[in-house]
Amino acid sequence: MKLVKAIIKPFKLEEVKEALSEIGIEGMTVTEVKGFGRQKGHTEIYRGSEYTVDFLPKVMLEIVVDDEEATKTAEAVANAAKTGKIGDGKVFILPVESAIRIRTDESGSEAL
Amino acid sequence: MKIKKSLFALLLGIATLIGPISAHAADPATELALAPAKAAVAAGNDQAEDYLGLLEAQGEYAYAFDFFTTSMLWTVIAAALVFIMHLGFATLEAGLTQSKNTVNIMFKNVFIISIGVISYAVIGFNTHYPGDFNGWISFGSMIGDLNADGGDTFGYGGVGLAMTGFGDFIFQAMFAATAATIVSGAVAERVKLSSFMIFATLLVAIAYPVVGSWHWGGGWLGGLNGGAGFKDFAGSAVVHAFGGFAALACVMLLGPRAGKYVDGKIRPILGHSMPLATIGVFLLFLGWFGFNGGSVLSADVTYVGLVFTTTTLAACSGAIAAIAVSWLFLKKPDLSMALNGILAGLVGITANADIVSPMGSIIIGLIAGVIVVFSIIFFDKIKIDDPVGAISVHGVCGIWGILACALFDTGDNGFTIVGQLTGVVAVAIAAFVFSIIVFGILKATIGIRVSAEEEAEGLDIAEHGQEAYPDFASSTR
Repeated sequence: MKLVKAIIKPFKLEEVKEALSEIGIEGMTVTEVKGFGRQKGHTEIYRGSEYTVDFLPKVMLEIVVDDEEATKTAEAVANAAKTGKIGDGKVFILPVESAIRIRTDESGSEAL
Repeated sequence: MKIKKSLFALLLGIATLIGPISAHAADPATELALAPAKAAVAAGNDQAEDYLGLLEAQGEYAYAFDFFTTSMLWTVIAAALVFIMHLGFATLEAGLTQSKNTVNIMFKNVFIISIGVISYAVIGFNTHYPGDFNGWISFGSMIGDLNADGGDTFGYGGVGLAMTGFGDFIFQAMFAATAATIVSGAVAERVKLSSFMIFATLLVAIAYPVVGSWHWGGGWLGGLNGGAGFKDFAGSAVVHAFGGFAALACVMLLGPRAGKYVDGKIRPILGHSMPLATIGVFLLFLGWFGFNGGSVLSADVTYVGLVFTTTTLAACSGAIAAIAVSWLFLKKPDLSMALNGILAGLVGITANADIVSPMGSIIIGLIAGVIVVFSIIFFDKIKIDDPVGAISVHGVCGIWGILACALFDTGDNGFTIVGQLTGVVAVAIAAFVFSIIVFGILKATIGIRVSAEEEAEGLDIAEHGQEAYPDFASSTR
């Protein structure tokens, strides 16, 4: 099993969710996060004084899938989240040791 | 024929009964004013009997009883409008400060209106309006039955005020608390609650009515402008400049919020809710119709409409000027500056709303809107940290409103720049010195500022053990 972890622009979440539904992904966990990469922050003005916002709002998706679906899932996220501009985010694939479905006690791939 | 005869006898009987009660019963004008009600009573109308009683109580002013009633009603409605300004101050201050201090701001506003009205009853009202006094200071006592001794007639106050004593009191009491509320915004996010409560109580119970008596109480400011009298229609000086300069003194003693100035550079501390701030300013705008409109002190048809118009025009032109200036000089159209622009226009017109032309009021508002933006930036630069801009809005624009009396007067009232400046500077200095002394003593004794840890944690938890938004959801942008 693999964990596909993606950090994307918040307004792309709906498109990414739809793209994942199309390839048969049935569940995901979404967190509102903040951060920066090469995009860095930006400058805002409040009552005449400029200030830098370093941490920009992003959305993080976490999806656990079978090994063979990991690449396909990551590509679907990347395609749907792409705007071509700086700050689009990143997708990571990590190994997952085990999984349990709490309601039924199923484990491993059965639990996904 | 018989009925008519007995009616005539009844009328005669009433007339003889009334005779000794009213000293002016013989006055033909008064007789004329009483006649319709008397006729109705004679015809057996019970309601007319009550009405006749009220009418007769007016004595020689019986002819103006309907005007008196309308004016009294307008005065108490205006008092209710000024009351709503306290909600406006509360939400404006909360919106322009951090969410971790919101309970504290609400608490201070609840306390100020409460202690303000009570202390005004206990000492303030009779200090503010002492009657015959030395022109500088005369401490009053608890109000009594303000309806007694003609307090419910046109003759109240000895000057023909078109309201009852209680109407007068409640309208002025709503004003009194605003002066302390102005300070609340400027010292927000770091002031120690107990010290602020003591300071606000002394300010509203003693300093405000004493300084106010100099003008509205018939004090020494009446000798200014070569005897023409100091002009401050609804309180640009005695309410707003007073509050603004008290706030300046407090902020100077208190110092800026932690993190506002880092390595000598300004680091803005963002307000947590622009919608709350906007609600506050619109509520203040609404309340100002009572603040200025009620200050006509009657339902005088020529003045109420004029004052509503000039007040609105100045508020709107203040906003337009602040929008233009912030867009040109600060690169962006800043909402908080536009909001301050509305308030600047309102404070600017407060001193002169009844003596300027519509065009004059627009110019007064425009200049106030320009002044307020540069004033806020100026105070920010010299490290006077005023989260809501109260010193600029009320203090600086209060002075402008007073000077505008001399510049935009459409009548020939003889208000001079020197006379007006003398009055407003005296008021500003009095508020500043009183605040420096009282807040200074508090600083030396129990302290006026929360600890650095408490400030970082937020006053809501540190002072009150409560959160304003326990389930606060973060931005989903």
